[in-house]
Amino acid sequence: MPNRTITRRTAEPAWVRRLLIALAFLHVGLLVALPFASVVCQAFGEGLDAFRRLLASPDTSSAIWLTVSLALVAVPLNALFGLALAWGLTHLRLPGRRLIETLLDLPFSISPVVAGLLFILLFGVNGYLGPFLRAHHLRVIFAYPGLLLATLFVTMPFVARELLPLLEASALSGEEEAARLLGAGWWRIFWRITFPEIRWGLLYGTILCGARAMGEFGAVAVVSGCIRGRTNTLPLHIEALFQDGDLHAASAAASLLAIIGLVSLVCRLASARLHALAAAQRPPTT
Amino acid sequence: MALALLALSGCGGEDSSRGRRLLNVSYDPTRELYQEMNAAFVAQCESEGLKGVRVEQSHGGSGKQARAVLDGLEADVVTLALGYDIDMLSFQGRLLPGDWATLLPNHSVPSYSTIVLLVRSGNPRQIRDWDDLVKDGVEVITPNPKTSGGARWNYLAALAWATRKYGSRTAALEYLAKLFRHVPVLDTGARGATNTFVRQRKGDVLIAWESEALLAQRELPDEGFEIVYPSLSIKAEPPVAMVTLGVQANGTRELAEKYLLFLYSDAGQAIAARHFYRPFRPEAAQPQDLQRFRDLPMVSIAAEFGGWMTAHAEHFANGGTFDQIMAARNAATP
Amino acid sequence: MSLLRLLRRPRCVPMLNFGLGMTYLTLLVLVPVACLVLRAANVSWDECRRVLATPDNWAALRLSLTQALLAACFNTVTGVPLAWVLSRYEFPGRRFLDVWIDLPFALPTAVAGIALCGLYGPHGLAGSWLARLGIQVAYTPLGIWLALVFVGLPFVVRTVQPVMLNLDLSQEEAAACLGASRWYCLRRVVLPELLPAILAGFSMALARGIGEYGSVIFIAGNIPGETEILPLRIVHALEGYDYTGATILAVAMLAVSFALLAVINLLQRHRRA
Repeated sequence: MPNRTITRRTAEPAWVRRLLIALAFLHVGLLVALPFASVVCQAFGEGLDAFRRLLASPDTSSAIWLTVSLALVAVPLNALFGLALAWGLTHLRLPGRRLIETLLDLPFSISPVVAGLLFILLFGVNGYLGPFLRAHHLRVIFAYPGLLLATLFVTMPFVARELLPLLEASALSGEEEAARLLGAGWWRIFWRITFPEIRWGLLYGTILCGARAMGEFGAVAVVSGCIRGRTNTLPLHIEALFQDGDLHAASAAASLLAIIGLVSLVCRLASARLHALAAAQRPPTT
Repeated sequence: MALALLALSGCGGEDSSRGRRLLNVSYDPTRELYQEMNAAFVAQCESEGLKGVRVEQSHGGSGKQARAVLDGLEADVVTLALGYDIDMLSFQGRLLPGDWATLLPNHSVPSYSTIVLLVRSGNPRQIRDWDDLVKDGVEVITPNPKTSGGARWNYLAALAWATRKYGSRTAALEYLAKLFRHVPVLDTGARGATNTFVRQRKGDVLIAWESEALLAQRELPDEGFEIVYPSLSIKAEPPVAMVTLGVQANGTRELAEKYLLFLYSDAGQAIAARHFYRPFRPEAAQPQDLQRFRDLPMVSIAAEFGGWMTAHAEHFANGGTFDQIMAARNAATP
Repeated sequence: MSLLRLLRRPRCVPMLNFGLGMTYLTLLVLVPVACLVLRAANVSWDECRRVLATPDNWAALRLSLTQALLAACFNTVTGVPLAWVLSRYEFPGRRFLDVWIDLPFALPTAVAGIALCGLYGPHGLAGSWLARLGIQVAYTPLGIWLALVFVGLPFVVRTVQPVMLNLDLSQEEAAACLGASRWYCLRRVVLPELLPAILAGFSMALARGIGEYGSVIFIAGNIPGETEILPLRIVHALEGYDYTGATILAVAMLAVSFALLAVINLLQRHRRA
């Protein structure tokens, strides 16, 4: 059991601590909270009118619905397959593991524009599958499937990435091995031993995945076609409102999204607290 | 997953409103115009007993929109900033016949505009004409001609004026090179440039569509924007066309034709004039709407530059005069 | 019955799961990326040279790389102390501060761009103040840097934080008992432990910065050769019907991100070893 108690010897002098804390608040305040606050202020610039105008427009409600439905499909899919992949990857000793992990990270660091381009090259009229789709009157890009694919692509790594280290630790801890030697099946081991270890990570990954799925702009913009009321997602609709010159409505929509993001982050916070509580209640393992 | 996708896309393709739904893929600053136009068109259809008609809009830079249609965005009608983009749909994608421009009156241009200069209240920099834009310290806002149709009209308007003023094309290009040294921001679309000038208050003068300048004046009367009409400008003609392949796939040929003719109807022309576009048939518009347009000498793209295909190849294609100007600018300012 | 027996074989279930996940990953990521590379492979060498010889493309690549590098450096220098504060100190508002770190992950990039441009624009709240000091942020490379700092903030903090939380304090205790100063101890005992995680976070922020689009285009001036980023060049190529150019640039970016990620994963292996 590693020692994690901070004593006077392992703490910095009080003035350093205070300085660092102040700097941290300043940094986060200036860089993150200030832009956020400016959006919210713009949104309430004319009271609640902007929100009322926003919610009354059918284009907005369809954008909200589209964004939510994309997230509702994309998040479970990515969570499920991400879990399967991470679990399989950590329970097999495969030679090409690094390569697969690198592949898994690719959507993180690939430019959203390139991500959109990938699907255009694949499903566009001049793409590899274009003639087939056209012959069968199927629409992928500039329709829901294309938006979904772009969203899935961009949010793919979140859950798997979050779970990989946790699953790895769980696989190496010996508890699983012991259970297996005692004759427990995979399913039982997963539910009784692995899952309790990873559930908070799974929740956190899912929350981030959802927030990102709702907020994706670059990749979705390339494959959406921006048809108002049909393929405009909420982030695209915000840009459209901004371009229309309705700054207040754009800010109102943006703060709606930002608040969704913030709520999901607060959920994370709550989950961390629950996690700590659960850990405290568990009998010490020595 | 592939199966699920196919099922999904199948659902997307079939729906009850088949033949009653039009998609108008348009360029950047026409949002307000087509919002009203579409509502009026739907109302007219209803009064004729045609229920459930919907016209959907999509807006963006003209090139981006044409690219989306080429890639498979199933537009029924395109209303783009310049003929070149529709030509590309015809040549590259074979989506509509090559003689599309002859299929509607006035070579498929229901309403046109021109390029003007928008300045701040009181015209503090004393901008009177194109040559004032290259005075010391003046910041000019214009979008990127590579992506914005409006920016191409801006570029050609300045070029036409400079060619007459300085006598030769070479001298005119020198003027343009000087002009672009005064540009601090190149937005991707005309509306983006307007927002940079109007909302972010960047720059001293905006080169813009007349319609966009008049709209900015009306939307923000407190700012006191003034429009400067240069001594020479260009007749900026955004054409409209039906996408033959698109209406075939969607079964909307009749409705699309009806829609395009509506743009030329008395009601359509009046709406265009109300939204600051100069109508093809001024007699159909309200006189007070027409009063806002000033007469000014305008060159035409066909007579001055030999049509869009030539103009594009010379100025906006890779390695064209615009690229040369920007390369020279970068060589000059390390 | 035989299926059940198959399932009881030791490696079968992980294999099944792995196969499922791998199929998904292949369909969603590998196939599209392979198609892109295949397209680029069909491009003639002359075409390739045309795209790569365009000075604006080089300028954009240089700009994207330098600004992403500068932003990632800044995020590392500020992110490590930030993570330290969040994982080591107890103070009121710590959890509150912690939540804000993830906001750039969750906020749509376009919204971030619009907000930053409004704030740091010539007449924005912060922008007008800085303008009086003679510093122009919006429409300059500085604006690009700012947007990238915003977007990259969570990467370093979130990769370093868990490692800090798991540090074994006995070593520090021991070093302190032996008379090492706190600063010496941080430098020689703590930093080496954190280094792989710091480098990993740095590379993630860097990779993200090179590809970032939505937040940058609003605040950058987008002048070719000056403030035009590489992803915007791809968009321009596409909008000029130049699919070949777009494909080549995209493959170039892909190669850069793949190389960076390979470095990250190597570093993480180093850490585990």
